[in-house]
Amino acid sequence: MDILNAIVALANFVLIPAAAYGAQLALGALGVTLIYGILRFSNFAHGDTMAFGTAMVILVTWALQGAGIGIAPLPTALLALPFGIGLTAALVLGTDRAVYRFYRRQKAAPVILVIVSMGVMFVMNGLTRFIIGVEDIAFDDGARFIVNARAFRDATGLDEGLALRSTQVITLVTALVVVVWLFWFLNRTRTGKSMRAFSDNEDLALLSGINPERVVMYAWLIASALATIAGTLYGLDKSFKAFNYFQLLLPIFAAAIVGGLGNPVGAIAGGFLIAFSEVGVTYAWKKVAGYVLPFWEPDGLLQLLSTEYKFAVSFVILIAVLLFRPTGLFKGKSV
Amino acid sequence: MSAPYLSAEGMTGGYGAADILHDCTLTVDRGQIAVIVGPNGAGKSTAMKAVFGMLRLRAGRVTLDGEDITALSPQARVAKGMGFVPQVANVFPTMSVEENLEMGAFLRRDDIRATMEQVYALFPILRDKRRQNAGELSGGQRQQVAVGRALMTQPKLLMLDEPTAGVSPIVMDELFDRIIEVARSGISILMVEQNARQALEIADRGYVLVQGANRFADTGAALLADPEVRRTFLGG
Ligand SMILES: Nc1ncnc2c1ncn2[C@@H]1O[C@H](COP(=O)(O)OP(=O)(O)OP(=O)(O)O)[C@@H](O)[C@H]1O
Ligand SMILES: [Mg+2]
Repeated sequence: MDILNAIVALANFVLIPAAAYGAQLALGALGVTLIYGILRFSNFAHGDTMAFGTAMVILVTWALQGAGIGIAPLPTALLALPFGIGLTAALVLGTDRAVYRFYRRQKAAPVILVIVSMGVMFVMNGLTRFIIGVEDIAFDDGARFIVNARAFRDATGLDEGLALRSTQVITLVTALVVVVWLFWFLNRTRTGKSMRAFSDNEDLALLSGINPERVVMYAWLIASALATIAGTLYGLDKSFKAFNYFQLLLPIFAAAIVGGLGNPVGAIAGGFLIAFSEVGVTYAWKKVAGYVLPFWEPDGLLQLLSTEYKFAVSFVILIAVLLFRPTGLFKGKSV
Repeated sequence: MSAPYLSAEGMTGGYGAADILHDCTLTVDRGQIAVIVGPNGAGKSTAMKAVFGMLRLRAGRVTLDGEDITALSPQARVAKGMGFVPQVANVFPTMSVEENLEMGAFLRRDDIRATMEQVYALFPILRDKRRQNAGELSGGQRQQVAVGRALMTQPKLLMLDEPTAGVSPIVMDELFDRIIEVARSGISILMVEQNARQALEIADRGYVLVQGANRFADTGAALLADPEVRRTFLGG
């Protein structure tokens, strides 16, 4: 019985939240890694692209709600997602036209493009706050729980409750669909293969007649979609606040780099690795320990790090990987 | 005599301020093999890039089948029927052999399977390795992928920069045989080679390039017979 309680507590407080968070980070890291693979720079504006995309989804969600259109029990935001992606893609492609293309023509060094992307980040950041404000916005309508803690306790007779929120399941299902689609696209379609070829060997791609501007356009389109989806899922799961997305940049970059920049499989693995480490290190293990080792009465909460320091986890993992395996766990391009 | 299929005349230019090529001229007749030899750093690879439009020329012009292509981008030249195998980084390392070949045929909208079969017939080892990543092949196998990739566009002119670099003597003979086979099928070939003697033996036309300029230009046989060429470039 105690073992079961321990497992339920673990699932409730660590496994399920970390899996959902990991899926959100993985989608974010996929966008970063894709842009790195094609345009060869770390896009610091990705976090704010997520924020802008989510803001667009929220605006469309409000409009749909106002018009009485919904897809209950699913959140209206899912219906708004394609519109949000379209608006975000328009902004991102416009930015590429107005800003990045200029530096591409100059064959600017990657470090210059990184700085340029920081400029874009500040502008996007300001734009998002200007449009939607700085407050916390909860835009999750739909059913809250698939399994509710009290119902679970009553049904199983266990002391521990297990809550499974619908946003967590939606996150995992959406992420799975997106990842399967992305890999199908990259490995099976002509355009996807041309993107991999361009990422592998740009000069040879040109010699094969692959049009670089088209590859770049597709990369931005997919990155916009990934950013909007990741941002919306994160916002549904937690809540929307422009500043949080800026902070997400660190774990997302850590995930992309740990997995190996430019490597999509690595980005996914990195996302889950960072999420599980972050949640695992900041979780107070006292309760689980109490079930498994009833004779042991620890003094503290058995929490390695308080939650305010959760970003330190990404940082430590990032530094360890850069020190011992600079190309990441899955052989990306070296940074 | 009809005009050459490819004619690059008076090419002058380089990567930056200093010129690497000085009034360099190369021509290839239809269905023939032209070979460029010369010491390291002579500008052979640079000349190839210039012919393919990967270098800004200060002077000179390139014509293909009578049409002036000097202003065209490399991609546009691919569409015109030129294929190029660079000296280094000439495969997509994390893509399978088959995907490398598919990328070679990127601009084609017709059925490419017949051409792929031809490439596999030419280089049978590639058929066995078709699911393997090109980056995991041996140097000689990789060169075959590189040549195969360029053949997939069905080029009328194939440009090869040291296709036999780093391959064993047996594979080298094999590769030369294959190149002759390709030329017999009507494809014109412009090739840079380090194995000067062997390359000139199969060359209809040969060029000795020194410091970015034509030092000697003649038929392959005449260059092989020329005592000065033998003494200075072929080691006696
Ligand atoms: N990308 C480049 N940027 C600047 N200079 C270059 C570049 N590539 C080659 N060079 C210079 O141009 C000159 C000619 O080089 P090139 O590669 O054409 O020689 P090569 O005849 O092909 O030599 P090898 O037989 O060693 O391949 C060299 O002095 C080299 O330093
Ligand atoms: Mg060379």
